[in-house]
Amino acid sequence: MRLRCVRRGLRRGGGKIGVGPRRQVRKHSEVHLESPGVLAEELRQIVGERNVLTTDEDLLVYGYDGTWYQSKPLIVLLPETAEQIAAVHRLANRERLAITPRAMGSGLSGGSVPSAGSIVLNTARMNRILEIDEDNAVAVVQPGVITGDLQRAVEARGLFYPPDPSSLKQSAIGGNIAENAGGARCLKYGVTRDYVAALQAVLPQGEIIRIGGKMVKNVTGYDLRSLFTGAEGTLGTITEATLRLLHKPRFDATATAAFSRIEDAAAAVTAIMRSGIMPVSIELMDRITMQCVEELSPIGLPTDSDAMLLFAVDGNHERAMLADLEAIVSIARDHNAGEARVAQNAQESAALWAARRAISPALARKRPHKLGEDISIPRSQLVAMVRRVREIAQRHALLIPIFGHAGDGNLHPNILCDRRDAAETARVRIAAREIFEAAVELGGTLSGEHGIGLLKKQFMELDLGVDTLALMRRIKNAIDPNGIMNPGKMFPEPGGLDAFDLR
Amino acid sequence: MTSLTTKKQGFTGSDIPPSSVYDQCVRCGLCLPTCPTYVETLVETSSPRGRIALIKAVSEGHLDLTSPGFMHQMEECLDCRACEAVCPSGVEYGRLLEPARTQIERATKSRRPRHMRLARWFSLRVLFGNLGVMRLVASLLRFYQRSVLQRSVRESGLLRTFGLEKLEALTPRISPRFFTPRNQRHPSVAPERKLTVFLHAGCVMHVAFAETNAATLRVLQRCGCDVLIPAGQGCCGAIAVHAGDMDFGRTLARRNIIAMEESGADVYVVNAAGCGSALKEYGKLFADDPQWAARAATFSSRVCDVLELVDKIGLAPGLGAINAAVTYQEPCHLVHAQRISEAPRRLLARIPGMLLREMNESSLCCGSAGIYNVTQPEMAERLQERKIRNILDAQPHIVATANPGCALQMIAGLAKIGRRIHVRHVIDLLDESYSAYMPASGVLPSNAASISG
Repeated sequence: MRLRCVRRGLRRGGGKIGVGPRRQVRKHSEVHLESPGVLAEELRQIVGERNVLTTDEDLLVYGYDGTWYQSKPLIVLLPETAEQIAAVHRLANRERLAITPRAMGSGLSGGSVPSAGSIVLNTARMNRILEIDEDNAVAVVQPGVITGDLQRAVEARGLFYPPDPSSLKQSAIGGNIAENAGGARCLKYGVTRDYVAALQAVLPQGEIIRIGGKMVKNVTGYDLRSLFTGAEGTLGTITEATLRLLHKPRFDATATAAFSRIEDAAAAVTAIMRSGIMPVSIELMDRITMQCVEELSPIGLPTDSDAMLLFAVDGNHERAMLADLEAIVSIARDHNAGEARVAQNAQESAALWAARRAISPALARKRPHKLGEDISIPRSQLVAMVRRVREIAQRHALLIPIFGHAGDGNLHPNILCDRRDAAETARVRIAAREIFEAAVELGGTLSGEHGIGLLKKQFMELDLGVDTLALMRRIKNAIDPNGIMNPGKMFPEPGGLDAFDLR
Repeated sequence: MTSLTTKKQGFTGSDIPPSSVYDQCVRCGLCLPTCPTYVETLVETSSPRGRIALIKAVSEGHLDLTSPGFMHQMEECLDCRACEAVCPSGVEYGRLLEPARTQIERATKSRRPRHMRLARWFSLRVLFGNLGVMRLVASLLRFYQRSVLQRSVRESGLLRTFGLEKLEALTPRISPRFFTPRNQRHPSVAPERKLTVFLHAGCVMHVAFAETNAATLRVLQRCGCDVLIPAGQGCCGAIAVHAGDMDFGRTLARRNIIAMEESGADVYVVNAAGCGSALKEYGKLFADDPQWAARAATFSSRVCDVLELVDKIGLAPGLGAINAAVTYQEPCHLVHAQRISEAPRRLLARIPGMLLREMNESSLCCGSAGIYNVTQPEMAERLQERKIRNILDAQPHIVATANPGCALQMIAGLAKIGRRIHVRHVIDLLDESYSAYMPASGVLPSNAASISG
């Protein structure tokens, strides 16, 4: 076989156990210089000529995601079946090549940025909704289905797929599962994991497995669905998902409350959650966030306040739902809300949620770059966390607006900066590190919904502790003994926190 | 990176894609599902985010301006601006693409065979640069279309031999009479005179869609406009700018700016979405020209699509019934570039008897996109077929649109499968509705019977 003579000249992975999972994967330069043609030919045989991309232009544009990171893969594949993916896995395993699964590349932690010289396995062409089963209230989908398209399709039948990452119009189910994506509705409805009834996945060595099913209850063996959801492509490639659906609530409504002290807003959140009412969302915007949004598209946010809360409720009984919303507004007033009111009509609600969605782009326009964080803390620590972030911002002379899903304690402090300014970037690095440390200190965690990827991997030990991280490594090594699946993600590199790199 | 080892040919001279524009892209990917070439290929390289990354790479010396992959992507883009309309970061994609094409055009001009250069020079500069020449060519074409020549040429297989079959099918049917600007002045016929408007007669419009121009004129008069058709006007320059000839685009633009300034009209009205979008962007086209920047910006602020204007000033009473189902195909340069989407639908809904049936993907490009049919025939055909499928699913008698290119693309697409669904400009339908009005009786037989073919 032609490949064998190519392989002979290559240094095989040493199997050294470093701090990361065993890395036996070949270096980019080796592969690229010696055997691209032969490998490409074999991959063409597997996925078909039209599903292989190799030009410089192609390799450039599959080298990024929604973060700052940029890399260059060896080759890009657009497989159409699980069997093709299994064959690619087997080849990669044989050749010790890295694989980076990718859906739409809209992630915010670098999870789908390929390690240099890896095979990008893009599931964009596996984009069919295979079944909407109304009796069992599940949808069976391929990983390339855009989340918003699935929502529209099931809503046309009165059903409801609740996870709503802000990227729902452009992100795909495969990526949502890999990162265990959340969204504003998670407070009431939970995250992507809560809707994964079954998965079909290709293991690193090429076995195609099915875990779970359409049933509601299932306690047979380890909960592998949960293990693969949020695994960031480090354990295999997801090739099909069966997702739970709910019935779409008939009514929804929105209210807002402005506070002159963000501490009061945080206290109101805790009080509301203690009251027994379950809102769909409680979203927080601080003053800088509101100012940025108003600069982009003025809709009259209370920029003279320190913070604003945005509440959503839903239900099938309009009067009961509105009574809940009135109760929420009244609790907000009890906590010194300056102005608290229920949106009077659909347009008013729509404008408020449009403002919420405008946050990210609005912040992006304020300064050339932004580093979006995604810490998650116990609700009772909201005040402490906000204070810590503000203190960090002041100490490093940085603009760090805070917004996020206050109801579930998932905050997005965004560090605004100009990466071309080396001194400022150095301060950003320290501030980011301090925010992670503060979150962990307060009993929280690094990421609520964006994942670890490249961005937060150096903090894993800080968050998990030595033993838990070691357990995760053992799991990784057991499932992926040759370390071919998305190497360089999630597990820290040597060097600890000093190796934290924003590139 | 291997690509850094050799010196790459980058952007030079004037019309360089500005870093201030591409640096705004945060790579969120929201543009991907709206991009016609992305949804057809599902390849990132054929997406707006990918193309912006490629333009940035050329700017930063990582990629060669004349690499085949880069040139292909700059050509494959339809310049439909769907990405621009949804971009949360406000990246003005057109301001990257058009200079990039201009750069490629300048860098590769000398490499092309002489007959290709000659053809490009004649079609872009002579034909679109001079409406007299266009009328002459149109007259010859009309003779060809009306004589036995067309049928015998078609039957001879000559077209196929020269690869002109598709082009011939897309060539517009030349109007029996041209709509030539000769400084005409048509007063308002409404009791109240509201505005004086400058009517843009267009280049292709005035020889191939003269009836639509006449309909536009009549509707404007009915709605209270004094309509001027100054002779100094010409092509808007969109074809030149999209083809990477921004210099000539500016030459054409100056003519229209001067004609508008001399006319004293309040509003510059246009009925072709592609032209309207180009006219509204004169301000940006001259942004770096201190002598023309202010004049161009003032001009652009006065440009109005005819549907936008009529929607704003209000339709005059007297609309008659057209009993037919209509679906509305949104021209990219109306919905994305000019962000006009509701006005045409509101106007169609005003026509008695007309039933508006929405098609899927109404704002996804039909593949016409100026000279795209010629430069990217395969992708143009895929998008045309996709559009026709969506039209058929809506089961209309009429497809309404607001741009000549889209109309031609859909007429050709429907003809290919032998379906008799009429393709009309919204303004034609309004004009027809006015002429169908019978004040005495309420309900009347309209000419819809002939439409529902």
